[in-house]
Amino acid sequence: MEMFTAIGLNHFLTISTMLFALGMFAVMTRKNAIVILMGVELILNAANINFLAFSKYNGGMEGVMISLFVIVLAAAEAAVALAIVINIFKTFKTVDVSSVDTMKE
Amino acid sequence: MNELTIAIIFYIFAAVTVVSAAVVVFSKNVIYSAFSLLFTFFGVAALYVFLSADFIAVTQIVVYVGGILVLLLFGVMFTNTIMSTDLKADVLHFIPGVVLTVLLIVGMLYAFYTTGDWMPGHIQLSGSVVERIGIETMSRYMLPFEMASILLLVALIGAAYLARYDKANKKEH
Repeated sequence: MEMFTAIGLNHFLTISTMLFALGMFAVMTRKNAIVILMGVELILNAANINFLAFSKYNGGMEGVMISLFVIVLAAAEAAVALAIVINIFKTFKTVDVSSVDTMKE
Repeated sequence: MNELTIAIIFYIFAAVTVVSAAVVVFSKNVIYSAFSLLFTFFGVAALYVFLSADFIAVTQIVVYVGGILVLLLFGVMFTNTIMSTDLKADVLHFIPGVVLTVLLIVGMLYAFYTTGDWMPGHIQLSGSVVERIGIETMSRYMLPFEMASILLLVALIGAAYLARYDKANKKEH
């Protein structure tokens, strides 16, 4: 019972593992490019939870700062990736990544 | 608040996060995925508050919910034509994906629970972390901070260039 009521590092690591696995599953199996991007966001969030959890239970500020930079990078990544996906849609009329297999029209 | 109340709140937010993330991944409809991602981001922000990173939680809500999610919704609505709605069961390599995901979960949980007997440090973060973030940003993380601003500028220009309307050829390029 102690293991469940006293929230510790392992609880956060478990949740981040689940988020990471779900994001990985989306990246591996889904065909829609937008859902793949959502999976990448889930993976980044899982990594952020890990950074902050270790930072909290270590007392250092490194994890907090790095998670801030991860959020910045995620914003930049989402903007560029969405632009690429919209270009793919304009060229191929689909966002199905399994049917996008040439580099020109 | 006693420990039990905190634990119950933690489990509620953990359940919201994981269940809505599962809906994101397993939902057939992309719109449902995008709206379910909203709850995942809010749940993750609540978990950040549990980790005494209040500033990161607010940043998460502003950047992810206010920026990335809106961008993803725009992407969904741009690319989700009526023609492509019959392409619903859009799953590829389902069995290898399940096998690899289960292996990943088992392997990582095994590593977390057995290999590392994580010892909490003598000092733990507590209270608000905003002031310390300011000090760190202007001292140790000065260079990454400035590089992040340049990167955002580059990403902004790059995204605008990629998705631009080609005026010379009178077509969307």
